[in-house]
Amino acid sequence: MNPQWTSANFLQESQGVLSGFSGWILANSDLLTIVDFLNAWGLVLIGLGLIFGFLFKPAAIAGSVLVFIYYLSVPPLTGYEYTLPSDGSNLVINRTLIEAVALFGLALFPTNKVFGLDYFIYSRQKGTFQYDRK
Amino acid sequence: MTENNNNTNKRDSGKGQSSPDNTGQISSKGISRRSVLKAFAGIPVAGIFGYEWFRKINYDNDKKDRIARELGLDKMEFPVQDYGKEAIRDTLRIGIVGFGQRAEQLAAGLGFMHPDEVKRRESNNTLINWLEQEDLHVAITGICDVFDLHAERGLAIANNSIRHRASKLPAKRYRTYQDMLADNNIDAVIISTPDHHHSFMAVEAVKAGKHVYLEKSIAHTEEELNELYRVVKDSHITFQLGHQITQSTVFKQAKEIIDKNVLGKITLIETTSNRNTAEGAWIRHLDSNGNPKPGDEKSIDWERWLGSAPYVPFTIDRFYNWTKWFAYDTGLIGQLFTHEFDAVNQLLRIGIPHSASSSGGIYYWKDNREIPDSLHCVFEYPHKDLTLLYSGNLASGRNRGRVFMGHDASMELGSNIKITVDRDSTQYEKGIASGLIDTESPMITFNPGAGQIDAVTSASGKYYADRGLTNTVINGKQIDVTHLHLREWLDCIRENKIPSANIEVAYEEGIACLMAHRSYLEKRQVFWDEVNRKIV
Repeated sequence: MNPQWTSANFLQESQGVLSGFSGWILANSDLLTIVDFLNAWGLVLIGLGLIFGFLFKPAAIAGSVLVFIYYLSVPPLTGYEYTLPSDGSNLVINRTLIEAVALFGLALFPTNKVFGLDYFIYSRQKGTFQYDRK
Repeated sequence: MTENNNNTNKRDSGKGQSSPDNTGQISSKGISRRSVLKAFAGIPVAGIFGYEWFRKINYDNDKKDRIARELGLDKMEFPVQDYGKEAIRDTLRIGIVGFGQRAEQLAAGLGFMHPDEVKRRESNNTLINWLEQEDLHVAITGICDVFDLHAERGLAIANNSIRHRASKLPAKRYRTYQDMLADNNIDAVIISTPDHHHSFMAVEAVKAGKHVYLEKSIAHTEEELNELYRVVKDSHITFQLGHQITQSTVFKQAKEIIDKNVLGKITLIETTSNRNTAEGAWIRHLDSNGNPKPGDEKSIDWERWLGSAPYVPFTIDRFYNWTKWFAYDTGLIGQLFTHEFDAVNQLLRIGIPHSASSSGGIYYWKDNREIPDSLHCVFEYPHKDLTLLYSGNLASGRNRGRVFMGHDASMELGSNIKITVDRDSTQYEKGIASGLIDTESPMITFNPGAGQIDAVTSASGKYYADRGLTNTVINGKQIDVTHLHLREWLDCIRENKIPSANIEVAYEEGIACLMAHRSYLEKRQVFWDEVNRKIV
């Protein structure tokens, strides 16, 4: 959508366990380009997967891991101050963490066997199309 | 998202239950309609999302267009950069007089770097930008410095042809600048000595027929400045004063913004420089471990360094920190205000002020210095209905920026451009009343990397614009502005054109600086006598 977008500004903010990792990405402009590309398209694919229920489980797990990395990059802990505006005043738990946990929880439910395009994959694997009949 | 999924599917399954299962609804492949509906449950969600996304894109674009139209920026043109077009050219042979810290930056701008510096930049990943710099087709063939160590370092830099196909020519050390000027193997000279040598060295260089790139400030006295002006005007050489910041791409856009009258009538321009370090206050004789930097009377030709300045015994303090004394420099005026004046003069061509008054003092760095560490100058331009303010401070790092204040909007010009509409503007009265224009935060930013004017609509966009977190970029490459300024000078030499920091603007700047300096020394307002062309 916006070709000028870059994760650099976000990574600059990083504190805590992943700050070294973020700094390493920032110091290497080729790597930053790759990270930007993977992040943007990863998000698009995960989003499409979740909406259409296509490869739902891998999409939910990948989304959960990705969002958890966002959380670890800028954790809302005492003493960590960020210049980027945040929504609400959070301590330890914020929206990003909840989203990561929720996605992981969704991956545990077999919703994809009932709804979404995974039905076709699932039923093919079972060698039958009669799954939804009781 | 999940909730939506559930809703849609409840409805679907409800429908499925009302009709008998498995009867007449199994497709040829044996999939029931209900299963298919369930499988495609994501489609309505995606549909709603897609529709809203489409609407948002349209809304954002429309709002940006309307703001740009309202501010008259929709018809703005962006010149195509000709940077990076390689052409075959003759090699110009350059001599550098005075090879200190600034000369190393200039040499890097020309494409020459010390092997140690190359290694340092390699290890912190900043070498690549320099390697991508355009080849200027020059060779540094002469180095002149009174300090053996600096001269030797200069030779090492000039002979390091890591990125230069062109530079096969050996560099030679000259004991005096006169020897260098007398040598026919030098086409052009860069003068980067302490300021008290600038004008008479430049005069002699011009007389010797060399093209001159002279670091600011241009002249130490009015007589010297007049002499240099006359000599350059009577010659055919290309003269460029060393002011690199206006080479930044944002300045070209700022000029267009001003020409399009986006700001309305400008009556006040505020320029500032703030620093808060010993290095910034020109205390530079110690290395990072606190030991004195190298140099003594054996390795430095002290009398030649002093030149026409009154004799004082050699000290390492004076050699490295010469900016602190009036005999060699005018302090904040010569080192920092010069850039500010050039920035404003390149945009508005304000010329020589009618009057100048300065005040200030030594309030923080109470060492042996003569120059003030807090200095404030007011320049009046009654014929242009304009005041130019300069305020410099060496004991506070607060960034006050450079602001052009007009009746309709103000423009802050730094590494990017931020325009904030004035709440009492008449030109934008309607837009403000309708809520289209927000007067609380910058409405328009120009990011040189994006190559386009952008109306700020998102909160995070506003945030970044406010902080000026942008880079100067040409064709996606980060380019050193000093390199661009040297490139312009060399292009003008080859094509016999007049560069941006030519002798006319350099003269105007020189007079404005000398007026401010005299005002500070004499503690009175000084005036420019336009008829007799002298400071009174």
